[in-house]
Amino acid sequence: MKKNYNIFIISFLAFILIPKAAYGMHIMEGFLPPKWCILWAVLCIPFIIKGFISIKKKIDENPKGKMLIAMAGAYAFVLSALKIPSVTGSCSHPTGVGLGAVIFGPYVASVLGLIVLIFQALLLAHGGITTLGANTFSMGVVGPLVTYGLYKFLRKIKVSSPVSIFISTMLGDLATYVTTSIQLSIAFPDKTGGITASLVKFMSIFAVTQIPLAISEGILTVVVFNVLYKYNRDEVIEFSMNKMEENCNE
Amino acid sequence: MSKKNIFLILLVILLTFAPLFLLKNAEFAGADDRAESAITEINKDYKPWFSSIWEPPSGEVESLLFSLQSAIGAGIVCYYIGYIKGKSVKGSVKK
Repeated sequence: MKKNYNIFIISFLAFILIPKAAYGMHIMEGFLPPKWCILWAVLCIPFIIKGFISIKKKIDENPKGKMLIAMAGAYAFVLSALKIPSVTGSCSHPTGVGLGAVIFGPYVASVLGLIVLIFQALLLAHGGITTLGANTFSMGVVGPLVTYGLYKFLRKIKVSSPVSIFISTMLGDLATYVTTSIQLSIAFPDKTGGITASLVKFMSIFAVTQIPLAISEGILTVVVFNVLYKYNRDEVIEFSMNKMEENCNE
Repeated sequence: MSKKNIFLILLVILLTFAPLFLLKNAEFAGADDRAESAITEINKDYKPWFSSIWEPPSGEVESLLFSLQSAIGAGIVCYYIGYIKGKSVKGSVKK
């Protein structure tokens, strides 16, 4: 009897909440005070400009690269549309920008992240236009920078390519959510505990939820990279900034 | 190689669906919803100063748009993989 009652309550709550719930992880529209919106947006601008220049340069060098860039963008599209349940009992989604960061470097991935975020903010009410800067900073700048930096480092110390990709995209994904937590806790410090107390709160919401998803993203990126490497080795090597190191690949 | 990929994909599927079976009573709402309530908890007076220009009118429409997003993405990804696979097979036949 008690159990039926619980099920009733849960389905009732689900019924009222779900239609309004904007699932996911970006900072919601209007939920960041204006001065922070501006600050994060300004911080993103140099990365985005560098990204556009980098894309243009790569396409000028090899027009065929357009397809590979489109494919990396499409990969981010797929992954960031998948809201995946996690061990904390809530849902979030991967970022998918890690693949672009590994192949083309961090700045191209910033542009790809921005495109995905604009699509979601305008059509899905997911994330937002006012928070676009903050979200681009976490998903398009910090995530790809961490992924790319780690990937280069791991390859340098002769870790195999699949393992490097797994670790770097996983931690890049996680870094995105840690950044989101930091952004929110700076903007909303706890009255008694200050920024640290808020950080613990937001980290437990975003970062912990993200751990299994980050692992999934790492694995999926390895699979896609394996396929790309198998059938299109030359182009992947040409565009990846790790030309020199690729010869020690399996 | 492809056996390894299949194993990896199965691993992802397991990781994705395990929480649904491990946590039977969880709500699985979005993490950003929980962040919203955390914000109101920290600062009761905070009112969002801007709201979305357009919001999907219902959960169904929203899921339509989300599936559209992943369908477009998956279409391009698979088109490209098919393209390079076909190209590499053709190349090896010529040689």
